[in-house]
Amino acid sequence: MELLAFGKTGWGDELFIATLMTIAVSITAMLIGFIFALIFTPLKLSKNKFLNIIANCYTTIIRGVPELLVIYLFFFGGSGAVMFVASIFGYNDYIEINAFITGSLAIGIISGAYSTEVFRGAIQSIDKGQFEASKVLGLKKPIHFFKVIMPQMLRLAIPNLSNVWQITLKDTSLISVTGLVEIMRQSYIAAGSTRDPLFFYSFAAILYLLLTFLSMKLINKLELKYSRGY
Amino acid sequence: MDFELMINSFPKLLNAAVITLKLLSVSLIVGLFIGLLFAILRLNKNIFINKFAYGYSYVFRGTPLLVQIFIIYFGLGQIEYLRSTFLWVILKEPYWCAIIAFALNTGAYTSEILRSAFQTIQPGIIEAGKSLGISNKIIFYKIQIPIAIRQSLPAYGNEIILMMKGTSLASTVTIMDLTGVAKYIISTTFKPIEVFIVAGGIYLFMTFIIHNVIKYLEKKYSFSQ
Repeated sequence: MELLAFGKTGWGDELFIATLMTIAVSITAMLIGFIFALIFTPLKLSKNKFLNIIANCYTTIIRGVPELLVIYLFFFGGSGAVMFVASIFGYNDYIEINAFITGSLAIGIISGAYSTEVFRGAIQSIDKGQFEASKVLGLKKPIHFFKVIMPQMLRLAIPNLSNVWQITLKDTSLISVTGLVEIMRQSYIAAGSTRDPLFFYSFAAILYLLLTFLSMKLINKLELKYSRGY
Repeated sequence: MDFELMINSFPKLLNAAVITLKLLSVSLIVGLFIGLLFAILRLNKNIFINKFAYGYSYVFRGTPLLVQIFIIYFGLGQIEYLRSTFLWVILKEPYWCAIIAFALNTGAYTSEILRSAFQTIQPGIIEAGKSLGISNKIIFYKIQIPIAIRQSLPAYGNEIILMMKGTSLASTVTIMDLTGVAKYIISTTFKPIEVFIVAGGIYLFMTFIIHNVIKYLEKKYSFSQ
């Protein structure tokens, strides 16, 4: 227990901050994923073959390649890509990108592929009559989407989105390879300097379990809220 | 684009893919047995056995695979007692540690897949077997298990693909699998995009093969409903 003390003698405060970092990365990645899903879900559902192929390539490649490989691509390729763009604008110095940004972007792109599939499935399982009815009523496109389709889609999507959230939360442990100090990295540091890996990795496992448990509770509440009337 | 590097690294990565496939197949076979065992325990009416099986799958599904590998590889070596037993021969090898972690992890997911498959078997089928005077044991092995396996094929196919991606974590405990070699080449040549295309292509090809084999099996064993 001394090992977990707050302050200079223990690792309690470091691990606490690391846990907050894990939560921050997960939420950022999930939001980036939503942005990707918002772009690619319409492409998947569109009648244009070419747009379909683009969206299918995205989801197939990302879901078929290991997360770690994607993270290495961003970690090693990220600053190179930014420097290349900067050199076009005449800036030739070395640019280093923050580990938080590369990490959450990499995980975000992965979670976006899963979210896209979830949203596609949810929209496709909405009754066709709903689309037709709102057309017949002459609703404008934004109202049609935000007031008719979105609420029904969210109800169907939330159970699957909670799976995506779990995957995203667990994937953030992989960002530790880039040196971002989240739960895994902090445990690695603590285990190295105290020579007590069993304790710290087990404690990391407990922290992750706690996070998944608490987020499941929250999501269940959301699920209840959106399934009112069913 | 450095095409020469892509061509040169291809055979190295292909060799490493063999290690990935070895890790995958061994852990899937062991994991299937673990999964079947825990699925049966989950259906047990004894509340302690039931809760134990639930706890196992909850813990292994709720924590990242990376933590599980690190606990087994770095953590277990710390217990003095383990070092003196024959288990140490296995636990000091990163290869076996990775396989143990993968097998336990996929076992947890497999047990959930099989449990839900067992629960969706129509009671009428079991009752039909009973009324024909077939013993409980034979009902289980010859009726319930084949139906459950067929029911769980699509979900298990997904699990195989997830596990294949999971084996990339073996590279964190010094195993030179496909991701490990890819990372090595990237960090020596600083050409991430080229290596990613080749290594990712090999992974995608494996996903494609697994996907189609599962599809074929699904068709072959589909019920004529």
